[in-house]
Amino acid sequence: MKLLIKNGRVIDPASKTDETLDILIENGQIAAIDSRIDIKDAEIVDASRLVVAPGFIDMHVHLREPGQEYKEDIASGSLAAARGGFTSICCMPNTRPPNDNSGITEYLLTEAKKRAVVNIFPIAAITRGLAGEELTDMADLSQAGAVAFSDDGQPLSNSLVMRRALEYSLLLDKLIIDHCEDKNLSAGGAMHEGEISIRLGLPGIPAAAEEIMIARDLILAESTRSRIHIAHISTKGGIELVRLAKKKGINITAEVTPHHLILSDEYLVNYDPNFKVNPPLRSQEHRQALIEGLKDGTIDTIATDHAPHAPEEKEVEFDQAPFGLIGLETAVSLMLDRFVHKNIISLEKLIHLMSFQPAQLLKLKNKGRIAIGADADLTILNLRKEVVVDVNKFASKSRNCPFHGWKLRGSVAMTIVGGKIVYRA
Amino acid sequence: MAEKIKAKIMDANKIRRVLQRLTTEILERNRNLKNLVIVGIRTRGIFLGKRIAALIKEMEKIDIPVGVLDITLYRDDFSELETQHMVQKTEIPFPITKKDVLLVDDVLFTGRTIRAAMDGLFDLGRPKTIQLLVLIDRGHRELPIRADYVGKVLPTSRKELVQVRLKEVDGIDEVLITEPIEK
Amino acid sequence: MNPETSLEFRHYHLLGIEDLEASEIMTILDTAESMAEISRRDIKKVPTLRGKTVVNLFFEPSTRTRSSFELAAKRLSADIVNFSLPTSSVVKGETLKDTVRNLEAMAIDALVVRHASSGVPHFIASFCQSHVINAGDGTHEHPTQALLDAYTIRQYKKRIKGLKVVIVGDILHSRVARSNLFLLRKLGAEVVLCGPPTLLPPEFSKMGAKIEYNLEKALIGADVIMMLRIQRERQKANFFPSIREYRHLYCLTPERLKLAKKEAIIMHPGPINRGIEIDSSLADSVQSVILKQVENGVAIRMAVLYLLLGGKERETAD
Repeated sequence: MKLLIKNGRVIDPASKTDETLDILIENGQIAAIDSRIDIKDAEIVDASRLVVAPGFIDMHVHLREPGQEYKEDIASGSLAAARGGFTSICCMPNTRPPNDNSGITEYLLTEAKKRAVVNIFPIAAITRGLAGEELTDMADLSQAGAVAFSDDGQPLSNSLVMRRALEYSLLLDKLIIDHCEDKNLSAGGAMHEGEISIRLGLPGIPAAAEEIMIARDLILAESTRSRIHIAHISTKGGIELVRLAKKKGINITAEVTPHHLILSDEYLVNYDPNFKVNPPLRSQEHRQALIEGLKDGTIDTIATDHAPHAPEEKEVEFDQAPFGLIGLETAVSLMLDRFVHKNIISLEKLIHLMSFQPAQLLKLKNKGRIAIGADADLTILNLRKEVVVDVNKFASKSRNCPFHGWKLRGSVAMTIVGGKIVYRA
Repeated sequence: MAEKIKAKIMDANKIRRVLQRLTTEILERNRNLKNLVIVGIRTRGIFLGKRIAALIKEMEKIDIPVGVLDITLYRDDFSELETQHMVQKTEIPFPITKKDVLLVDDVLFTGRTIRAAMDGLFDLGRPKTIQLLVLIDRGHRELPIRADYVGKVLPTSRKELVQVRLKEVDGIDEVLITEPIEK
Repeated sequence: MNPETSLEFRHYHLLGIEDLEASEIMTILDTAESMAEISRRDIKKVPTLRGKTVVNLFFEPSTRTRSSFELAAKRLSADIVNFSLPTSSVVKGETLKDTVRNLEAMAIDALVVRHASSGVPHFIASFCQSHVINAGDGTHEHPTQALLDAYTIRQYKKRIKGLKVVIVGDILHSRVARSNLFLLRKLGAEVVLCGPPTLLPPEFSKMGAKIEYNLEKALIGADVIMMLRIQRERQKANFFPSIREYRHLYCLTPERLKLAKKEAIIMHPGPINRGIEIDSSLADSVQSVILKQVENGVAIRMAVLYLLLGGKERETAD
């Protein structure tokens, strides 16, 4: 089966391409790229006035399978990803049971092959049971298909365990991803600690809780000469530390979520649990620092931290509601509307952050670029189309999205995974 | 709300003369003045009540106590009102049980205000009698209530408003019939 | 209708002092003065809220506030039902939303809510048709307490503007302190917050308060001294090293009281820890208005019930 995408504005940051081209897809791979391709027996996609980008990759998603399929599962999560323009997603290991052994990793990959419409890459736990004490069989997990390691949701509090994990990762050349949070400092917290938390009488999570752990991680990454990736960075101090570490040549990278870039703690004044997330929505000062970090390259990628929760879990007393919000189906429109159309970052930069970079960080071969021989994972964007976010139309099983009702310019027109159209607007 | 004045019913002189006549009637009916107390309904009933007390003092050299009744908490249209009414104080610093209570209001209309006022009085004690004095009775009663002393019976249409203005509140003594101007 | 007696109190719920304008606060205080008269009668009841049903929904133990609301509702002839429930949905096996919906199914008019979590009245108001009155939410607000405090201050000082009010204790965890700070600032008082730095974050200065860690300095020239209850559990979380040390630094003693104005009044939202935050003799002294606060609570809650439950139904309210 052949697919021919005609007249799209093809943007490929890897080759610095930005021109109107036709792309021919054969056997799930890109077969030809030219200013004009004419083939009789191919299905044709008219991409005129649309942007064709290498498929977007979200390296931070909670699929909730196995164990909490009422929130999300591989099928619904992958449909949500396709709807949101993501061709590949990485699923975090904090499932029930957690992905801390090759059995679970293999289960995820087998099920994904059967039920998922996008590529699923499991991230395995660093420690058994996410308990922060003993390392998992990391080589075995890598062998089974884990693309990275993280105890996400649970920070690795014990510095010695973190040091050993970083050292051991050198053997596998796999990324260690840390959710940076000093649990003693953040204990009991429900939102960012600052003027608004004080006013609302909600226990705060200070910025220091994140910054201290980022500082520890970069010091360990330097001394072990390994790679560390900071998940969902949210603080000004964190950005400053990562920027400094990069200048020193430390192998540190960081991701940021659209919600931390766009929302701030002021949104919490009505105690709406859909804005309750960890790390918390910070104050404007922190948000501005994140935007600076995005612009100057301190931040390497955008990830959603898609965290589905059922309505009955979220619609409770604010301090009892679980942390997290869903992001797969809004991330692209949010970034286009709030960043590209407002000229804060270029479209090419956005594609770089959402496709090329995550592929590089995870060493996903043949992804993140448009080139002959590369996997035919493509995200096609309509920059002009206005959409109104409607959680009731989401493919996700959950509805905990704080952007319901937002009007955004720029949307996903089509998602192609391995040469197959998996979503069409 | 804009309104136009249709007629002037009383001026200061007329109000004074009417109150004098009503005072005479009160004295005729109440032989035991020591048992009489006056309760004015907020706002203008208070000042009418005070004027009557002054007239009695002039004629009979006797001090009649005057209290103030706020009927807001006794209204029967509480849930239907578009806007809330400010609750003001009821100030009746004397016992009313076994007294002859002269209840004073400016205009008698549906009778609902008087019903509320009587409920209010009974929460404060058990009067021997309650008598009602109004400056104007404009008709349209919805309850079986009538006044014992009436300054003037004034037939009106429902659309019209009867406005009693008193020096103490409004700076002028007069009674007007007005009508809201429809937009 | 007489235009001079009609008023617009445009709130459907009372969730916090932060939502109120200064003029609306004055309306509540003035209305409460009329209500206070009713409590002095032989027959302490008016028919105003006949046929209305008020539910006291308390997820935290409280006798004072609950009884005060109960008396207020009864003096206005409303029916009142008390529900005291455990806080945790795990214990009661039902979500808060379901609990409220079940109550609403019984055709109620107002919910008086007390809960250990901040924001619960706001959450309930977001889906419920009844009027919601916040009777204390977590460490956020306790609006009727601040209103009765303001009423009491006005009773003794004849004004609020320009007074120096010192609030002492665990400011961080106090809903009484927050509501009082919002209210007193709106009405133009000077508010000085005093307590150990662990319980008094500097962010309070952005809300218009002055911050003073030293009690002696804070008390100089005070017109009103409001002492807050200190909870012993806070010591375990290292907010202060020991009750002994806390008392040494922050207990209101006769010697310290001399620093305030001679006619300064002493307030406390109760329940009092005698000998910890306040010297027992001061709690009973002529300067203490603690019982007056309790008395005034009924009138304030009558005023709040009257102002919220009157008028047209939801369509015309905001």
